[in-house]
Amino acid sequence: MVFPFSRKALLVAAVGLGVLLGLGLFTFIYAEGFSYFTTDPKACANCHIMNPEYDSWVKSSHHIVAGCVDCHLPHALVPKLVAKAVNGYHHSKGFTFQDFHEPVMIKPHNSRILQEACLGCHGGLVHDLVAGSTTDANAVTCVHCHSSVGHGPVR
Amino acid sequence: MTAKTSSTNGNTPTSRRPRIVILLAILVGVAAATAVLAGLLVNIFQRKQEAKNPYLRFVDVTADTTDPAEWGKNWPRQYDGYLRTALPTRTEYGGGAPSEGILPPEKAEKTPWLTRMFAGYAFAIDYRDRRGHAFMLTDQESTKRTKERKQPGSCLHCHASIIPLYRQTGAEIAPSAPPAEQLQKGFEAIGKLDYWEANAKLEKSGHKHPVACVDCHDPKSMQLRVTRPGFINGIKALKAHEGIADYDPNRDATRQEMRSFVCGQCHVEYYCGPKTTLFYPWMNGLKVEEIESTYDNYKFEDGHRFYDWKHAETGAEVLKAQHPEFEVWNQGTHGKAGVACADCHMPYMREGALKVSDHWVRSPLTNVNRACQQCHHYPEQDIIKRVVTIQDRHFALLTRAGSALVDMLDAIKVAKAANATDAQLAPVLEMQRKAQWRLDFVAAENSMGFHAPQELARILGESIDMSRQAQLAAVMLRGTLAQAAPAK
Repeated sequence: MVFPFSRKALLVAAVGLGVLLGLGLFTFIYAEGFSYFTTDPKACANCHIMNPEYDSWVKSSHHIVAGCVDCHLPHALVPKLVAKAVNGYHHSKGFTFQDFHEPVMIKPHNSRILQEACLGCHGGLVHDLVAGSTTDANAVTCVHCHSSVGHGPVR
Repeated sequence: MTAKTSSTNGNTPTSRRPRIVILLAILVGVAAATAVLAGLLVNIFQRKQEAKNPYLRFVDVTADTTDPAEWGKNWPRQYDGYLRTALPTRTEYGGGAPSEGILPPEKAEKTPWLTRMFAGYAFAIDYRDRRGHAFMLTDQESTKRTKERKQPGSCLHCHASIIPLYRQTGAEIAPSAPPAEQLQKGFEAIGKLDYWEANAKLEKSGHKHPVACVDCHDPKSMQLRVTRPGFINGIKALKAHEGIADYDPNRDATRQEMRSFVCGQCHVEYYCGPKTTLFYPWMNGLKVEEIESTYDNYKFEDGHRFYDWKHAETGAEVLKAQHPEFEVWNQGTHGKAGVACADCHMPYMREGALKVSDHWVRSPLTNVNRACQQCHHYPEQDIIKRVVTIQDRHFALLTRAGSALVDMLDAIKVAKAANATDAQLAPVLEMQRKAQWRLDFVAAENSMGFHAPQELARILGESIDMSRQAQLAAVMLRGTLAQAAPAK
């Protein structure tokens, strides 16, 4: 089989793709892309949207035992990666185009993840209270009353 | 170039075309991808800059920069919100200006008893619903209360950005006095002038603006600070009553307290003159009867007990309440929980990567999501319904208190017509003063009951009781007089 392009054409294409790759890599590093592979809560405030949440988490009762991902992501590996990817996509899109609801509100799916995370640690203590009700959209969630344990409204 | 090299390889011209197309497609694809990436990079850069520089000082502002437009060059987001206070807003009970440039309706259209209560006072001739901050000065200039009645210069204490004029005037009167004393002297001197004389002086000084940035913000650090002498003196007297000596809000208050104090500079009960310098009656506390006791124990320079005006129908020496939002909020559940005025009336919002407080000061009912739902996680309609329920109940009780007041006035007029003596009428008129003070205190407060529903209901309950007591006494007096009169 004869390769369809000349060496010169391939060189041009390689240079072009290289520029693209370099620009992409720079953008990724500049945007602190690698920090998203960590569990550091600071990474969640990279884009500053979460500054109030981060600031109040620092002062909250849970900050010594739980970071952002401990409550906002599932604890099992595969669901965790899926949730991270889905949230990462929505957050990037929202922050770039500034087309999200203000003030930010948790979505039903993420609310369920949060509730399950509460039970992940406190389930043994409260299983009589919340038996079978966590997946119902109208169920009372832990944070309905304990709204400031993670991060409260900031003044 | 590609075409040339391929033709030297001996390919037929027909097979050249797809190759060029593929190459062009790659070229366009890579170019598009690069453009998108560059766009993303610039976007990220922009957001990072926003977070890094909350503001840039393009112009220098000082304690004498009263023009908000100058501050707006440095803080355009806050200035935008400030400008929006010119937009008409309306809730079930508040506002009502149908569009920009048109005055809101007279309050007496909804509550006609106001005109009877204010008989003989300027509020009986013109008392309209509110407009936004942007109109505070023009509305004061256009009301019949200043156009057709004589008013003191101290009205400008709260309706204009007047502090630089106070300082300037104080410096002329006492060039060697410390700044705080100069401010006080200027405040007293301008307050003594006739309203229009003070207004002309303000215009000449170049500071003729409604409430401006400099009234609440330190021009160097942008931190909140209070500037109005009336408030500084008032809160000092209140804290002294609570056992705290030499209180200075700019030194001793927390940031969260300041987020209410700046509003409390004006949204309060006060005596505006002209018989003495403007003061906030907080020496015995902020509750309605504590303020009443301050007034009852206060003597003017001529030795006469404090009163605002003589009621035209009965001759009672009565009190006039101004908008005591700060005092009433202090008695309510939000105030007790440490929720500041700004938390609901200027909630935080975000623009890009920046957190800014909304300087479009307005009713939280027009901004429920940011104002209420930060703490109250219920559907917006439920929240509005709850507020309106409180307000409807409050309005019903207020109307009832208004009817009681009118019945009392009618009964006193009849007793007077039957030639009751001053001595006979004295206890009745004293009761009118008390009943009217309570009703006016509640009616003048801008929240239709919401700032402290139970406290306001308590005050209205007292007012109704006192009006009926006075009415009963007047009716009995009339009966006594009729019996004593010789039968014809």
